[in-house]
Amino acid sequence: MSKLIFVFLAFIPLLCTSFSPERPSDRRVLVLLDDFAVKSSHSLFFNSLKSRGFDLHFHLADDPKIALQRYGQYLYDALILFSPTIERFGGSVDAAAILDFVDSGHDLIVAADSNASDLIREIAVECGVDFDEDPASMVVDHSGYAVSATEGDHTLIASDDFIKSDVILGSKKIEAPVLFQGIGHSLNPTNSLVLKALSASPSAFSANPKSKLTSPPSLTGSSISFVSVIQARNNARILISGSLSMFSNRFFRSGVQKAGSPTKHEKSGNEQFFTELSKWVFHERGHLKAVHMQHHKVGEANEPAIYRINDDLEFSVEIFEWSGTSWEPYVADDVQVQFYMMSPYVLKTLSTNGKGRYFTSFKVPDVYGVFQFKVEYEKLGYTSLSLSKQIPVRPFRHNEYERFIPAAYPYYGAAFSMMAGFFIFTAVHLYSK
Amino acid sequence: MAQDLKPSISSFSLPKTLKLKTKQQELLIRVATLALIYILAFITRLFSVLRYESMIHEFDPYFNYRTTLFLTRNGFAEFWNWFDSESWYPLGRIIGGTLYPGLMLTAAAIHSLLRFLRLFVHIREVCVLTAPFFASNTTLVAYFFAKEVWDSGAGIVAAALIAICPGYISRSVAGSYDNEGVAIFALLLTFYLFVKAVNTGSLAWALGSAFGYFYMVSAWGGYVFIINLVPLYVLVLLVTGRYSLRLYVAYNCMYVLGMLLAMQIRFVGFQHVQSGEHMAAMGVFFLLQVFFFLDWVRHLLSDTKLFQAFLKITVTTAVTVGAVALGLGMASGYISPWTGRFYSLLDPTYAKDHIPIIASVSEHQPTAWSSFMFDFHILLFLFPAGLYFCFKRLSDATIFLVMYGLTSMYFAGVMVRLILVATPAVCLISAIAVSATVKNLTRVVRAKSPAVQSGSTKGTSSAKGSSKGVIDNSQPFQRNGAIVLLLGAFYLLSRYAIHCTWVTSEAYSSPSIVLAARGAHGQRVIFDDYREAYFWLRQNTPPDAKVMSWWDYGYQITAMGNRTVIVDNNTWNNTHIATVGRAMSSYEDEAYEIMRSLDVDYVLVVFGGVTGYSSDDINKFLWMVRIGGGVFPVIKEPDYLVNGEYRVDKGAAPKMLNCLMYKLSYYRFGELTTEYGRPPGYDRARGVEIGNKDIKLEYLEEALTTQNWIVRIYKVKPPKNRW
Repeated sequence: MSKLIFVFLAFIPLLCTSFSPERPSDRRVLVLLDDFAVKSSHSLFFNSLKSRGFDLHFHLADDPKIALQRYGQYLYDALILFSPTIERFGGSVDAAAILDFVDSGHDLIVAADSNASDLIREIAVECGVDFDEDPASMVVDHSGYAVSATEGDHTLIASDDFIKSDVILGSKKIEAPVLFQGIGHSLNPTNSLVLKALSASPSAFSANPKSKLTSPPSLTGSSISFVSVIQARNNARILISGSLSMFSNRFFRSGVQKAGSPTKHEKSGNEQFFTELSKWVFHERGHLKAVHMQHHKVGEANEPAIYRINDDLEFSVEIFEWSGTSWEPYVADDVQVQFYMMSPYVLKTLSTNGKGRYFTSFKVPDVYGVFQFKVEYEKLGYTSLSLSKQIPVRPFRHNEYERFIPAAYPYYGAAFSMMAGFFIFTAVHLYSK
Repeated sequence: MAQDLKPSISSFSLPKTLKLKTKQQELLIRVATLALIYILAFITRLFSVLRYESMIHEFDPYFNYRTTLFLTRNGFAEFWNWFDSESWYPLGRIIGGTLYPGLMLTAAAIHSLLRFLRLFVHIREVCVLTAPFFASNTTLVAYFFAKEVWDSGAGIVAAALIAICPGYISRSVAGSYDNEGVAIFALLLTFYLFVKAVNTGSLAWALGSAFGYFYMVSAWGGYVFIINLVPLYVLVLLVTGRYSLRLYVAYNCMYVLGMLLAMQIRFVGFQHVQSGEHMAAMGVFFLLQVFFFLDWVRHLLSDTKLFQAFLKITVTTAVTVGAVALGLGMASGYISPWTGRFYSLLDPTYAKDHIPIIASVSEHQPTAWSSFMFDFHILLFLFPAGLYFCFKRLSDATIFLVMYGLTSMYFAGVMVRLILVATPAVCLISAIAVSATVKNLTRVVRAKSPAVQSGSTKGTSSAKGSSKGVIDNSQPFQRNGAIVLLLGAFYLLSRYAIHCTWVTSEAYSSPSIVLAARGAHGQRVIFDDYREAYFWLRQNTPPDAKVMSWWDYGYQITAMGNRTVIVDNNTWNNTHIATVGRAMSSYEDEAYEIMRSLDVDYVLVVFGGVTGYSSDDINKFLWMVRIGGGVFPVIKEPDYLVNGEYRVDKGAAPKMLNCLMYKLSYYRFGELTTEYGRPPGYDRARGVEIGNKDIKLEYLEEALTTQNWIVRIYKVKPPKNRW
């Protein structure tokens, strides 16, 4: 547990500097492309990032000079892989290096496409995302396709099945469906962290549109995901999309009408969807920090090294949320603290003063041992808070018990009368003759 | 004695000064011999310091050392109330209420005395030398005890025998800072003072005995032996018609005061009135009152018939009341039943069937004949001879000695470690045999010497009340025969001395935390892996790291590594130990869940496959399975055996080859060639090639393997970042 905190604590200053409004250029993003044409064909997406203060470094994915770290320091805070067909990165970068990059707390956006390379697939698999094994397959939806001028093969899909989270997608509702054209993926059921941000309709399936369907498709229905997000345990965020063209200016600008729907939208939802999603991935939203975890006995101010059983204590912690420009107080009514030794002995919901401070008070249970104050806060979209503080609880000292118990007075009386009686008896016995 | 001697001096009409001089000479020789024995007992225990260094040995002494350190630093009140959060994570342990503080208080007292004398020594040196110091004191007590029971000659012999007896040395070499070190002294002192009290009928000696008992209770759980042996002895005296007022005074005073004093020890508390093991003493106490009362009534009643009727009624009533009280106490739970340890002493097979945790300890195993021979040598043969002499001159004191000898010998046969308790008795009884034999033989040898000297010998011996073995001059060659026998006796005793010194230097002076072996060319090779590992833990792990290991190493890890452990040698919580046993015998993924729930950061295993060190975790592993399986039935012993056979090679059980303990012990071992001409992965401790050479760890990573692979430490990985 403590390790997680260390990771978290180490992570906070990093974020603070990289998000610091004074030095936005700290937020360096490496963009790896298959060819530089993508830079202009996807310029709307990149410009939206630049306008939010990100410093984008464009490189060809097979550029031999690219490196993620130098002298043990990472050169970038995030990585965008817009190179779905790359078989081998240039320089020292490989799949393991990219996963290490994520495991040390950095963010990643991966866009695959049909004909995605094994390398991209491998990275995706490590993140709990399995692309359709047939490299030529695309997602086809004969009822949810986007109406276009030419009756195509229904691989251009208009989807509006978003993840239901204001934190991830922003509070403004995305009205228009999002256009998708590419390879579908499913989520590994053993991975508990990966989430579908944009999923297919029940009528979708994944197959090669150019050949006839001979066997049932391996991926069908809403188990197909178009765009998935992962928040790793160290709060690094990953976005994996099955289509590179989703990010393109063409998709951003094009109008959309979903088959069977009378409304025609002037502009697809892609721009809003990816702008909001990239805000989440790059920690402009939904990032919490917890500081000043404190506890002390009622009526005292200092944190003791040890508690006694049945002590009354007060516990408090401050939680702030990153608004993109500053740390704002986080307000919620579902933050809980556990007083934990193998199982929670006390579980209390914290009350808040609206200024970020959460507090409660309770009585230490009548059990001695090594306890922990634990705050485990995991809420969809938000970074998970996992704090713990170890505190031993001791039993009473020998002089902390009641000195004289009223119920024992008969025994005191018996003892002293016995002593007196013995004394008198001795005296009489010895001196009377 | 001086008054006794005077008539005999005057009767021989020699110059008084010369006679007194002989007496003084005798005293001088006796004192000088005792002083030499005192020193000998101390220095023979210093082999370990010379061979290795001034260090604490084994497992339990590390806990004692750690608590002593705490005591000297923080004072008694803190020690008494110490709640230790570093052991038994996350349960913690109330140290003050779960230990026998006698040893620590003794060492701390010696330490502060030395400081008061301006001798500034480190507490560790005091701890290392406490056991030898108390062994020296034991020789003095043995002298006085044998003198009380027999004569001063036997006393000297007893002191000499116990000074070097391996059975005692095994627990009292320098560095063996354990409860037994002072407890044997306390045990013998209590017995001596009690016998003295019975012999004299003096309240003062009985009081002394009660205080000796108090010290014993404060020092060691073995006090239960005293509180059962003494009542048994009293009962035997009652049955054999040796009841006397002396006995009444001695026992009552010792029992009542001893019980009240013992209640002051927090760990013992109310056990004297509440635990089944102490009920015998209380029963005998009441029985003595009944006896006394009957004696008084008989004194009052002149009519025998009336008394017989009264006797019947009283005895029946007393027995009924006692039985009803005991039954009620047991039924209501006020009197706790006998504990498992007590049962396992009475029935050697009990522990094996019911309490694996007791049976798993090597020193709780039944004793082999060879270790009797090893620890007692010629005393084993002298013991029956001594019993013969004791029976020949039966007194209250010799009866006590005989009972002490016989009961403790039985217990020594049940558990190896209890040889220690038997050793003083064996030494005392053997000393009587040696002393009586030698005395008789010298008398024969000196029979044709000038009459004056012969008379003096006789006079002294008669003065000490040992006029036995009347010289019969009728047999031929008696003198030569006696000389031969005398020489034989001295030969045997010198062999004993040689054996004891050899055993002490070779077998009992090893600290077991530093291992020594003979190299290929006969040179000594030192394996200091344990300390390397503990030092590594202290230096390289976060201060709040939790280390999981089998409980044997718990005390050492907390004392030397200064890290929190999950279980340690104070085996009070069987469930917690079983949880660790379960983790060790599960597959890695199941074990990972258990380790996560216990917040384990590091796992430590001891492995002897490279060095051939046989008391490693793989050899202890079946006990982990048994203890784990005792609480968690998912762990089944047959899963780890093949046709009832425990093996680690290719033919081993699949579960065995993939359990956590196997993986951690043999990780990367398959690449290693341990012995010339053997395949890689040849386990030297078990003499087989291991069965699973391709071990991959998923949830743990190797953190440290010591120089000789004896200690291997693994780090528990945090949960996967992206899953």
